[in-house]
Amino acid sequence: MLTDKEVKHIATLARIKLSEREEEHFKKDLSSILGYVETLNKVPTDNVEPLYQVTGITNATRSDEPRGSFVMNDELKRTLIEQAPAHENDYIKVKAVLKAK
Amino acid sequence: MSHTIASIKEGLAKGEFSVEEIARSYADKIARENPQLNAFLEVFDYKQFLPAKEGGALYGVPYGIKDNMLMQGKRTTAGSKILENYISSYDANVVAKLREAGGVILGKCNMDEFAMGSSTENSAFGPTKNPHDLTRVPGGSSGGSAAAVAADLCVFALGSDTGGSIRQPAALCGVVGLKPTYGRVSRHGLVAMASSLDQIGPLTKNVEDSAIVFETIAGHDVFDSTTIAEPAPSIAPALHQPIKGLRVGVPKEFFGEGLDKEVSQQVRSAIEKLQELGAVIVDISLPHAEYALATYYLIMPCEVSANLARLDGIRYGYSEKGSQDLLHTYLESRAHGFGAEPKRRIMLGAYALSSGYYDAYYLKAQKVRALIRNDFDDAFQDVDVIVGPTSPSVAFRIGEKSSDPLAMYLSDIYTVPINLAGVPAISLPVGKGSESGMPVGFQIIGKMFDEATLLRVAYQLEQSQ
Repeated sequence: MLTDKEVKHIATLARIKLSEREEEHFKKDLSSILGYVETLNKVPTDNVEPLYQVTGITNATRSDEPRGSFVMNDELKRTLIEQAPAHENDYIKVKAVLKAK
Repeated sequence: MSHTIASIKEGLAKGEFSVEEIARSYADKIARENPQLNAFLEVFDYKQFLPAKEGGALYGVPYGIKDNMLMQGKRTTAGSKILENYISSYDANVVAKLREAGGVILGKCNMDEFAMGSSTENSAFGPTKNPHDLTRVPGGSSGGSAAAVAADLCVFALGSDTGGSIRQPAALCGVVGLKPTYGRVSRHGLVAMASSLDQIGPLTKNVEDSAIVFETIAGHDVFDSTTIAEPAPSIAPALHQPIKGLRVGVPKEFFGEGLDKEVSQQVRSAIEKLQELGAVIVDISLPHAEYALATYYLIMPCEVSANLARLDGIRYGYSEKGSQDLLHTYLESRAHGFGAEPKRRIMLGAYALSSGYYDAYYLKAQKVRALIRNDFDDAFQDVDVIVGPTSPSVAFRIGEKSSDPLAMYLSDIYTVPINLAGVPAISLPVGKGSESGMPVGFQIIGKMFDEATLLRVAYQLEQSQ
């Protein structure tokens, strides 16, 4: 069973604030699911390469030329910036990243 | 009349109805029946989307798309409050293709939040009801799409499938659901869930329509570097070729504990039918199939935790007002925007990828994934397709499994190995369960990029019923 400290740590990693009730609830759920997936420990996997993706395609590149697939103009700029919950003129507003000492 | 692509084509050709008239009749039907079913989250004014020119493969055919596919200028919620008011700035590749083919889009279909679920009960906008029995779920996560087709609120719908989310609702609603080979259909404009597993596909009333829609949406896309170079294959013309001599593998692992008897009965009957059609039935084994669910429920949450990190209350979507600092903007926006299942999976993924746990969980799961894929490669040396049940049970009652996440995850037991391996698979309705009277789905799995054989077997079986 995960500890309370572990659940708090996981929630912080996931950047999701949990209420105390949620912490308790998710502690049980996550413990139960992690317990289930631990069955994979029974499978011998020495010398097995992980299969990250199934098509075998690697390094799909294109030529370094402008594709012209869309036009960046004022309308598109406005559309994209206006999607942000907080914006001012041409800027997306965020809370301070660096704290003044 | 419940229309198919062929009947729409015929009706238009004979002058029985115009494109506008048939679209209007579907729009009227949605207005009457959708409030009860909640299959569509948003219904468009069909007049805005009538085709500009004739001649496309889907000319005049009304359809819906799952609400995790972007349409420029329209809302895309992914079934979540965190995107409740998000207006898309571009079209998904598949949306552009369907428009080009002359289809008439009717609206966006309901889904489990961020495609997480097997019942559509996780939608932030209410569940969808199964048209066969309103007390039961339609399956998920493409439950709205499956219900819309089953109720004839549209001729076809698009869904997405990461662990069974097209095939399982197709099975539970008695429609045809195809998950193409990973890499066949562009994911550009699909709200990403698990990028190595997601694939878009059609939900239709019959196999021929499945082939036509698949041909229309498949093909390389420069905006999705996981799409293969080959253009969409031509499949519909060859569906009639008989399957005599074709080798059909039946894995013993798909008939073990947990499979309901009424499902097993219909699936066995379907296998006998295939034998009557001349197919050779071969007993096979997929030895690592029993680990597929655990493998999936590790890999998928890990990829989800990365893909959903963009929902941060900064660039779009729900943002908590009055958060004291940047960290709290993240913590609170995500706390209030996400439902319980996304939270559960994001946390699971974040944990499994974290320092000290990555090797034991994510890396281990990707290795087991390789073994699961090898099982399929080995089996396909000897057989042409693999068959079995799509879902262990028929549609369950609303609320029956929603309090136990693991019980809900078990709905995916026969569908997840397919996503892990990347192979294509289809669910075909094969009668009703003798106890419940609810639809049963038959799953046919094909070799990588061999949708042609897959659809041919499905078509022959369908025609013989």
